Amino acid sequence: MKILGIETSCDETAAAIVEDGTSILSNIVASQINIHSRYGGIVPEVASRQHLITALPVVESAITEAGVTWRDIAAVAVTIGPGLAGSLLVGVNLAKAIALAHSLPLVAVNHLEGHIYANWLTGAKPVFPCLCLIVSGGHSDLVLMAGHGEFSKLGRTRDDAAGEAFDKASRILGLGYPGGPAIEKAATRGSPSFSLPRAWLKGSDDFSFSGLKTALLHLVRGDDFTDPALVAEAAASFQQVVVDVLTTKTIQAAERLGVRQILLSGGVAANKALRDCFSRRSPVPVLIPPPKLCTDNAAMIAACGYFHYRSGKIDGCDIDVIPSLSLG
Amino acid sequence: MRVVQLNSRSPEQTQLLGKHLGELAQVGDIFLLIGHLGSGKTCLTQGIAWGLGIEEYAFSPSFVIVREHYGRLPLYHIDFYRLDRIEEIMDLGLDEYLYGDGVCVIEWADKGIALLPRENLTIRLSYISDTERSIRLQPRGKRYSELLKALSLSLGAEKI
Repeated sequence: MKILGIETSCDETAAAIVEDGTSILSNIVASQINIHSRYGGIVPEVASRQHLITALPVVESAITEAGVTWRDIAAVAVTIGPGLAGSLLVGVNLAKAIALAHSLPLVAVNHLEGHIYANWLTGAKPVFPCLCLIVSGGHSDLVLMAGHGEFSKLGRTRDDAAGEAFDKASRILGLGYPGGPAIEKAATRGSPSFSLPRAWLKGSDDFSFSGLKTALLHLVRGDDFTDPALVAEAAASFQQVVVDVLTTKTIQAAERLGVRQILLSGGVAANKALRDCFSRRSPVPVLIPPPKLCTDNAAMIAACGYFHYRSGKIDGCDIDVIPSLSLG
Repeated sequence: MRVVQLNSRSPEQTQLLGKHLGELAQVGDIFLLIGHLGSGKTCLTQGIAWGLGIEEYAFSPSFVIVREHYGRLPLYHIDFYRLDRIEEIMDLGLDEYLYGDGVCVIEWADKGIALLPRENLTIRLSYISDTERSIRLQPRGKRYSELLKALSLSLGAEKI
């Protein structure tokens, strides 16, 4: 069964065709990163205008590249939230138009749940119960997954999301946008020699990265940070703290709950230091999608949509965007 | 009531101040937050959210620019951190939030001050030491003078 997935929740306009929730036939992502790097971030109105321009060509490319026709598509899955209202609307309205034009059922997908389903697209077979860590620019969520569609939220960030912390740190260190890859690259040239605070929030599965950001800011203020060697050391120190906190807290929760696997997803899961640390320290198998499936894409939305469809969770043309949607 | 100046000695005290503000907030209230990275803006907003009966942590909207939370009243948590040009802020379509049915808290409001309502509560936060922050609340307009008066009374009991 082939599902068309559409994703426009933030800065990527994406469409994909996925078969049986596991096999990618096409996965098209039109990134707006060049537009956004000028602004140092996502600007909603710019984002929605760009989505309008690129959405239809992206869907057409997804169909062509998959070598399918509209008659082969069983349903349209689309992200309804969380995200920017204006951006989400473009994808949802396009999905409705396609569903009406081709008499296809619609499946509404939570973007965060979609991220988790990137792990079904790798050839690996996730087993339940599993613990999901979703780390991106807007989110740092720890969610227990007992089965398809069965989520309970354990923790989330109380202040800055992990990806946002990377972006702010990158700006503090003068390394540019997007901050994740910039910090990661700088960190390879330095050792983590600075001592920066780790917020453990004992007794809670929540995260906090705001204090780390403030500490980095004052470190930079107090020294001559025009020296690239010092910047590299600060980047390495910062990255080590984020990686250590994410890994340690997730593994503690995994042991406490007796889960059988840990599933990573979201843009920050593309960070190599984080991937290596999880693989090295976790007592249970860790699944991590390849970087291309960690960042926003529509294949994960189509995969998630397939499992909804299979369990009868089909929506009508009355679906609406939910910018503040959460998971679990 | 012209200006209230106080020092917070911990993030918890900053949150408590926010909670009092949130409890007193009414539909249409605009709180402008001005202060550098790490001065306690998001921390104060967390308290405002709790005061509005929102149970979760109001986490930073820097990445998405606007986050909506729903309690006794909606809280529209807006953040201009990444925006450097006034045109970018003009393009956001903020009016539906600013003149909407909830309370607006705007971080890095100084970046777009000319586009924001003249009547507001301007809150300047600055770093004193690792745990201490200076917080200065300045009302602009009758509603906010009254709000500040009520805030001072409710803070009196808590001794911030």
